[in-house]
Formats: sequence, C-alpha cells, structure tokens
Amino acid sequence: MNIKKQFKEGLITNNPVTVQLIGMCATMAITTTLFNGVGMGLSVLIILTCCNVAVSAIRKIIPNDIRLAIFVVIIAGFVTIVDLLLQAFIPALSESLGVFIPLIVVNCIIIGRAEAFSQKNTVGASFFDGVFQGLGYTCVLIVMCVFREQIGSGRFGGGLIDVSNGFRFTLDGTGAGIQLFNADYGASIMNLPFGGFITLGLLIAVMQHFLKKSAKKKEAEAAAAAEAEKEAD
Amino acid sequence: MTNIISIAIGAILINNFIFSQFLGCCPFLGCSSKVDTATGMGLAVVFVMGLASAICWVVDTYLLIPLGLEFLETLAFILVIAALVQFVEMFLKKSVPSLYSALGIYLPLITTNCAVLGVVLLNVQNHYNFIESVVYGITGGVGFMLAIVLFASVRERIAFADYPECFEGFPICLVSAGLLALAFMGFSGMQIFG
Repeated sequence: MNIKKQFKEGLITNNPVTVQLIGMCATMAITTTLFNGVGMGLSVLIILTCCNVAVSAIRKIIPNDIRLAIFVVIIAGFVTIVDLLLQAFIPALSESLGVFIPLIVVNCIIIGRAEAFSQKNTVGASFFDGVFQGLGYTCVLIVMCVFREQIGSGRFGGGLIDVSNGFRFTLDGTGAGIQLFNADYGASIMNLPFGGFITLGLLIAVMQHFLKKSAKKKEAEAAAAAEAEKEAD
Repeated sequence: MTNIISIAIGAILINNFIFSQFLGCCPFLGCSSKVDTATGMGLAVVFVMGLASAICWVVDTYLLIPLGLEFLETLAFILVIAALVQFVEMFLKKSVPSLYSALGIYLPLITTNCAVLGVVLLNVQNHYNFIESVVYGITGGVGFMLAIVLFASVRERIAFADYPECFEGFPICLVSAGLLALAFMGFSGMQIFG
C-alpha cells in the first residue's frame, strides 16, 4: 500500500468531511473553540485508528450478514474507553464536548471507513488509513475552529493557549487564548449554529473549487499529451 | 403537566435537534432533496425516537443502574437501537406493509442517525422520568421532521436558483440550512411558563 497516496487522500482528495461529506454533525456542533476542535479531532483519530486495526484484524472471520452489528459493537467499545479516559484525565474537554463524545459511535466516518476500507485491507494499511483520515478530520475541525473563533470573538486558540504568563499550552481548557481584537467587535453570530452551517458550507465550496480546478488542469494536460502523440504519429 | 409542555415546545422549537443541537445532520442533508422522501424520513424518525426513548429508559433504570453498569450505557443503547430498528422493520413488513413501503429504505438508516442515540443519552443526562423521556423522544422527532420538511421545500426551490458553480451540491444546502437555523434562533428568547 502506498502510504504517500493514503496521506494525500485522507487530507485532501478524499477528506472525510469536505469530500466524502460524512460526520458533519459534530463538525458543525463543536467547532467553537480550538480546544474543542483539537480534542474532538484527536479523539476521533484514536478511535478510528483502533477500530480500523481491530476490524481489519478480524476481517476474515466476520460473517458478512452481521458485519455492521459487529462493527458497531467494536466502535462502541472503543468510544466508551476514550470517553471514560477523557472523563478521568481531561474532565474539562469531556464537559465541553458533552454528548458528542458518546455520539462518535454513530459518526459515519468510523463505520464508513470500516465498511469501505479496513474490512478489505491489511492491518498495516488500515492503521495508516485511520491515522490519515483522522488527521484529515482534525485539520477540517481546526480550520473551522480558527475561522469561527477569529470572526466570532476575535480570539485564537481559546482554551488551549494561555499567554497571560508566557506562552504555554493549557490542557484543562482554562487558557484565554490570544486576543487579536476586542471581543466586542466580533460577529458573535459565528459562535451560534448559523456560523457552523455557513463556515462548513464555505469550506466545502472552496475545496470543490480547487479540486475542480486541478481536475480540469489534469484533463487539459492529458488532452494536450494525446494531441502531441497524434501529431507525432 | 407544565413541565411536559415545556419539554415538548423546547424540543420542537427552541432547542430544535437540527438547528440548535446539530443532532441528525447527516440524514437531514442526505434525505432532503424531495418533500416526499423528507416526510417519510421524518415519520420514521419520530416513530423510532419515541420507541427508543421508552425502551432505553426501561433498560437503563431496571437493568444498568441496579447492576452498576452505567458505564456501558453507550454500548447498550446503540445495541438496543440497532435491534429495535430491525424489529420495527420486520414488524412493519409483516403487518403494516403500506407504512413499510412508505418508510422503506429509511428505516435501516436510522440506526446511525445521531439524533436517536442523542435523545436517549440526553434523557439520561437530564434525569428525565419515563413520561418525560417519551415526550422528549417524540417531540424531538417532530422537531426533526419539521426541520427536514421545511428544508426539503427550500431545496426544491434551490434547484432552480442561480449560484456560483463551486457551491454546487452540499455547500449551497449548508448555507441555506444556516439561514433556516438563523430563523429558528428567533425562538431562542422564548420563555415558557416563566
């Protein structure tokens, strides 16, 4: 399996959110601060990788008829583990993500990758697929968080970065972030559900624009190459 | 009684599952290209959410809590929902074929609808009793149906609209869903019974 290709697929050409259009509920709901976004992204990354490895390890003994039920049980098991770990070690994150951590069970990304990739591929390939797809998801979350937080309250890295006493990362969600302009001038509508829908819509539109552009460019190149070949004949 | 009415109005309008809690966005965006399919999906969700709330409340109160197994809630609930959807499908196929053909392919999709698992988990989080849980489940489903039917009618109009090429497909839907969410925000200042 080509790791470089998988990397590119996960992050750009087959990004779970902006291209496959799955797992959008949490994407829109929790991207209000960078703390939430990074936390959610990493949780999904870990769960996705574990599930991919587990599913691919037992792919040959799963009866085809009940495979979805088995996937769901595996996923729910890993989600419960991560949920309990977060409650124990990063309670602030668990509190601010709330019901969306247990809801990773029904996040289409994980069951989608189990169905589309890891039940057909080797353990190693599935591991990298989980890592890269998870990274792609995390990147989208971070972009959305930065955008919404910036415009909504003029901040960068709320909850995660603290600059009051030198630059440091806070893992308990207490950091105030870097205030780039006065919060009173922020368009607080970006922090509301409306902001989630609009930001994701714009992000997908931008992605579609560039993907189409590169597809057109490739087409033109291929056409030019074919033309050149004809002339050579 | 006032409590139940406030839960109901809250679930349908003020804290609408889609427009303010983002639960169930995938089917909301996936099954809303036509008003008919949206209505079918909405009905199926109301039905399953009501039933799931009732059954999961019973499972939680009489099985998980007495045994001290609260940490298995997510796992137990998703199994209950998956089994429930299967049973409902078989039951409808056998005894109410007309409803079955109307709901058709939407039933199996509901297992992975996060609104269903979400409502069950929220029932536990909010410490609702049996009646409150069922009311919250059904009215949450009604709120979902209201949202998806409204949105499907909007999308039927969008099909004829003129928008930039790169917005084709999902982005334009998301933008219009955002505008609908903005409209639903108008309810957020509403106070019920003080």
